[in-house]
Amino acid sequence: MTTVAMTVNGKAVSVDSEDRALLVEVLREKLNLTGTHVGCDTSQCGACVVLVDGVAVKSCTMLAAQADGSTVETIESLAKNGELHPMQVAFNENHGLQCGFCTPGMIMTAVDMVRRRGKTLDDTTIRHELEGNICRCTGYVNIVKAIKAGAARM
Amino acid sequence: MHETRYHRPSSLDEAAKILSASADGRYLSGGQTLIPTMKHRLAEPTDLIDLTRLAELKGISESGGALTIGAATTHAEVASSDAVRKAIPALAALAGKIGDPAVRHKGTIGGSIANNDPGADYPAAALGLGATIHTSKRAIAADDFFKGMFTTALEDGEIVTKVSFPIPTKAAYEKFHNAASRYALTGVFVAVTKGGDVRVAVTGAGASGVFRAGGIEAALSSTFAADAIGGVAIDSSDLLSDIHGSADYRANLIKVMAERAVAAIA
Repeated sequence: MTTVAMTVNGKAVSVDSEDRALLVEVLREKLNLTGTHVGCDTSQCGACVVLVDGVAVKSCTMLAAQADGSTVETIESLAKNGELHPMQVAFNENHGLQCGFCTPGMIMTAVDMVRRRGKTLDDTTIRHELEGNICRCTGYVNIVKAIKAGAARM
Repeated sequence: MHETRYHRPSSLDEAAKILSASADGRYLSGGQTLIPTMKHRLAEPTDLIDLTRLAELKGISESGGALTIGAATTHAEVASSDAVRKAIPALAALAGKIGDPAVRHKGTIGGSIANNDPGADYPAAALGLGATIHTSKRAIAADDFFKGMFTTALEDGEIVTKVSFPIPTKAAYEKFHNAASRYALTGVFVAVTKGGDVRVAVTGAGASGVFRAGGIEAALSSTFAADAIGGVAIDSSDLLSDIHGSADYRANLIKVMAERAVAAIA
């Protein structure tokens, strides 16, 4: 067992967990932050993307212990005072989801993308940046549209 | 995943001591290969020794005609580094095409080189540029470092600390990636050194991992042009053959990727 101290969504937390626990397991099972999803569990699909120290990572491919001392942001951090984040609004308005399972990872990847690449994103950039996020319901057309629109409003 | 113990040492010495005291420990860098491998129970180290917070393994610097990158530097840091983009743009571009953005935020150059996956990108850059791999014990030329699939010259407990790349006159990397894993199905790194030598390193295709394509090097040494490559014969008997592509297919890809790389810089 190890004690992992992190700042999660702005709050300092300290969690006792097994050394082998993945970050996503601690987020979902110890902190009840179930917005972060486990899709493939093999580092491919990106449903589990969260921001660690400000950048997107796959929380199924990182031990919680590695995040000790880090700042973690999950999908739950985006809406403020009942108001959806501009990227969430854009996914809603552009129908950027169907079943919604991949959406938390898509949106956290989109937020990371805007932080690194700026608010003006072309389709090619968005599609390259989405290489680690898989949607199996439909295509990516509306996801790309949503990210472009959400980026402009962030 | 089997049980393991996580350690975060504060120095290289401490890391080596923890490893030697463990029953079956492994160093952990970005973990983008090791953690999935552990989840599949294909690796079950008793101890994980995290190297990523060691200051000794950080930083990018240029001096004496070489660019030196600390082993714990992530792919994203290399891809976005002004120093790398200016000195060896092909290396920054290569780092920016590894995996996907989230993988690049965690994966490190030292981890990639030490793991020597037959489809990894960095081994091609190290061999193609004639890099020197610095470890906790010595300096090893790239030509002597890569010893076959997932095999290197590293001894037990030895840690890659930094990689020094001689700055070339010009260089380019072209990769045909596997659409699912984004590993190189075949990747070719072409460099012209300051001394005028042509070096061509191939990843993703060799049954024994990364290798230099001597035939292409010879052809390009006499004429540095994409159409000099067409007549080179590639022996497919030492190439990988799997569900993603036959050895003959990879042999053709080597030439096509080499042509594209040369076309970009000739």
